[in-house]
Order: sequence, then C-alpha cells, then structure tokens
Amino acid sequence: MEFLQPTSWTDALAAKAASPEAVPICGGTDLMVELNFDARRPAALLDLTKVADLAQWDIDDGSVRLGAGVSYARIITELSARLPGLAMAARTVGSPQIRNRGTVGGNLGTASPAGDAHPPLLAAAATVEAASVRGTRLIGIDEFFTGVKRNALAADELIAAVRIPLPVGPEQFSKIGTRNAMVIAVAAFAVALQPARKLVRTGIGSAAPTPRRAPAAEQFLAGALAEHDLWESRAELPGPLLDRFGDLVTAAAAPIDDVRGTAAYRLHALGVMARRTLAWAWRQYQSASPEGS
Amino acid sequence: MRIAATINGQQMQADDVWPGESLLYVLRERLGLPGSKNACEQGECGSCTVYLDGIPVCACLVAAGQAQGRDIVTVEGLAGPSQLHPVQQAFLDAGAVQCGFCTPGLIVATHDLLSRDAEPTDLEIREALAGNLCRCTGYEKILDAVRLAASRMRAGG
Ligand SMILES: Cc1cc2nc3c(=O)[nH]c(=O)nc-3n(C[C@H](O)[C@H](O)[C@H](O)COP(=O)(O)OP(=O)(O)OC[C@H]3O[C@@H](n4cnc5c(N)ncnc54)[C@H](O)[C@@H]3O)c2cc1C
Ligand code: FES
Ligand code: FES
Repeated sequence: MEFLQPTSWTDALAAKAASPEAVPICGGTDLMVELNFDARRPAALLDLTKVADLAQWDIDDGSVRLGAGVSYARIITELSARLPGLAMAARTVGSPQIRNRGTVGGNLGTASPAGDAHPPLLAAAATVEAASVRGTRLIGIDEFFTGVKRNALAADELIAAVRIPLPVGPEQFSKIGTRNAMVIAVAAFAVALQPARKLVRTGIGSAAPTPRRAPAAEQFLAGALAEHDLWESRAELPGPLLDRFGDLVTAAAAPIDDVRGTAAYRLHALGVMARRTLAWAWRQYQSASPEGS
Repeated sequence: MRIAATINGQQMQADDVWPGESLLYVLRERLGLPGSKNACEQGECGSCTVYLDGIPVCACLVAAGQAQGRDIVTVEGLAGPSQLHPVQQAFLDAGAVQCGFCTPGLIVATHDLLSRDAEPTDLEIREALAGNLCRCTGYEKILDAVRLAASRMRAGG
C-alpha cells in the first residue's frame, strides 16, 4: 500500500488527481476501523493531517469557513458561541478520544445517515467546499448527500472546508441513543430559526437513507409564525402548533429497523425531539432582546 | 515504510511498517511497548489511549504512517525514574485495578484530565473517562482513584 503524505494543500490536490483511487485519511476514526477489520484494503492512503491549512477556521463574509480537518474537540472549545448547533452535535460525538481526532470533513466523507454533524449543517444551510486541481466547487449541503454513505464528491476531489453562515437566530440539536457517550444516533434532529428572514430550517439524522431536511415542517412553521405574528409578539407557541410541527418532521423521515432501533421508535423519537428542540429554540428567542436575537 | 517518532521522549524508529497498520500495533509489536492495550481495535474501549502531540487519542485509530515525526507518550512514559506517577499510585491504592486491562488507558485519560483541571467534579470525571471501558471494577473504585490522585496532586504529592 502506498502512503501519500502531502504537506501542502496544492500537493494534496495534485496527489488526489494523480491517484484518484487513493483514500483520504484525516482523524482515521471511521477509516481505521475498516482497515483494522480488513473490511477495506485501499491501494493508497492519502494522509491529510500534515496539511496545516485544513486544520484552520476563519470568518469570511458572514460565514465560518471550517477547515475539513478541524476536530470536534476544537469546534467545542473554539466555536461554541459562533456555531452553537454544530457544537451541540459535536459534544455528543463518541468520546473525548474520538472528538480529539474526528473531523467534520471525515463525517462528510463517510456521509453516514447517522453522522452527527449533518443535521446541524442542514439546518444552518452550510455549503461544502470541494476542491481539485480543476478548481473549487461549492456544493449546497442539500445536494451533498446522494445515497447511503454516498456523497457528491468527484473522484479527484477533496473536501477543503465547510462554510457555515453565522446563525441569525437560535439553533438546537437533539440526539437519542442508549447512553450519553459513545453512541451512534438512533435518531437526531436539528432546528434553526431565522427571525429576520422569517425562515425555519431543519435537519434529520439516522431516520432516512441520507440526512435530510423536513421542508413541509419548515414551511408550515414559518407560515404559522408569520400568520399569528409570533415572530413579533414572541408569545408562547400553541400546543397544536408544536404537535403539527412534530408530525410533519416525522412525515419527512423514512427510517428502517436496524440493530440500534426500530423504524417505529425512530419516528416516535423524532416527533418528540422536533417538539422539544423547537420549544427550546423558541424559549431562547423569547429571552433574547429583539436587537440581540 | 520506516516510521520515526519521539516516543516517551526518546527518538525511536521501526522498519518495514505497513503504513495502514495502527500506531497501537507499532507500539506493541514492533517497539516492545505493550503498555497500551488492544481490546477492541475500533475506538470503543479506550484501553489503547496515548498522547499524540499532547492530545489523548486511541492509538488503534491512528495509522502508523500518520505517527511519522510526531511526539507520542504512552503509559510507560508517565512514571518517574524511581516512583510511579501519582495517578498510577492512586489507582493501585484505591483498588481500581482488577484485571488491569483497562488501566493504562484510564491512567492516560486521567493524567490528561488532571493536567487540565486540578479539581474536577464527579460529572467532569465521568465525562472525561466516558471513552474508557472497564469490565471488572464497576467504575466506583476508578472514580475513587481519580479523586485520590487529584487530592494528592493538589497537595503537591
Ligand atoms: C468509537 C467511535 C465512536 C463514534 N461516534 C460517533 C458519533 O457519535 N457520531 C458520529 O457522527 N460519528 C461517530 N463516529 C464516526 C467518526 O468518528 C466520525 O464520522 C468522524 O467525523 C470521522 O472523521 P475522521 O476525520 O476521523 O474521518 P476519517 O476516518 O479520516 O475519514 C472518514 C472518511 O472521510 C474521507 N475523508 C476524510 N477527510 C476527507 C477530506 N478532507 N476530503 C474528502 N474525503 C475525506 C475518508 O476517505 C473516509 O472515507 C465514531 C467512531 C468511533 C470509532
Ligand atoms: S483498542 Fe483502541 S479503543 Fe479499544
Ligand atoms: S480492571 Fe479489568 S477491565 Fe478494568
């Protein structure tokens, strides 16, 4: 097996172009499990941990540009205030050791329906920056997941970064599993409110072949909030509104029975998480000053 | 490939390494450092926890090639020349070691926790050790050991 270890992003892209079959490795928390169990024997590995640029983040044009190689641990310590939804999800990933190594780039590379970064990235309308020697391509997160553990990257492309618009309102995330640590989600849900634009976005995890949004639930909620002037009044959300939102989120899912849970349980859990996260987000909106929200 | 890295403060190298094998395999099978244990090879148990450039990671999930030129500290690197590290001594004194398979990983994870936080709450201890499984002790003695180590280290021991 070849081991390619570029030390610059230009070299990494050149290596991927020259050997499209080379499998990128960053934190290794997905890939090494496959290698250790002989589930995969790639002809070449392309190590990205010596490319310093990949482990940087910065703020650019109202978005956080999060390098593909920034670990969950750093998202938690450095970006909790700026990216609350993603940071909440990051806190639930694996264990301290896994969060010290695992990256959002790797989560997107694996593109598991259960990847915890995906629901908050969907809710935040993130964009994946895919790069190759041919240039840089921006892929909207809604178009990124193309099937079970499949994504929109071409064979010569690498994920450079994810661009996540700085939130303009409350974000919440919830994940259900058998214990607090070391749990792959049975189901997960993220919601983001955008009061200034009167918009709502969502992300569903582990309850369909790919992570996905719940567009009907988003439209219903945005419509109901506008219709009853709730964005302005910040009044309590009526129970039936929460219930309807939960039902529409459930209706957007298409889960299966597997070792982690049944489809029926996942649907039930999603409805509960949708109502709960919305209630949490609304409470945040109520307690924020109108200017600060 | 040849892997050269600083391990427990010493420059070491191993030849004919398959770059896709794990750092854990290199440590145990090629460098004669069997302190880090191999129980799951999938990041679930934490018994292989080592410091990689100062950050605790599962050695079973680091590709050998990725360790090239890095600074690694294993459980073997924590004790002083003539006495155990206070975390190690506390695990022994508190009865936190039964079969001992989980112990090296827990020692490294605890060492890291106490270097960041001299007086962690029980919740913080549980959170910091959530990636380390023990099948023998039921964890109570491990919590005792961490509290004991913390208090001795605060007292300068
Ligand atoms: C014990 C354990 C617990 C876990 N718990 C969770 C959890 O709670 N939630 C969760 O979501 N995941 C969990 N995971 C899975 C894993 O940690 C995450 O998916 C993580 O985000 C992977 O990141 P990585 O950098 O380690 O990826 P790697 O293993 O390095 O790579 C993963 C995939 O992405 C590709 N890739 C990596 N970087 C790039 C790039 N820049 N461009 C293109 N492709 C790339 C690789 O080729 C590979 O196919 C767990 C894993 C373990 C072992
Ligand atoms: S052997 Fe590495 S975590 Fe279990
Ligand atoms: S002492 Fe046996 S696994 Fe912990």
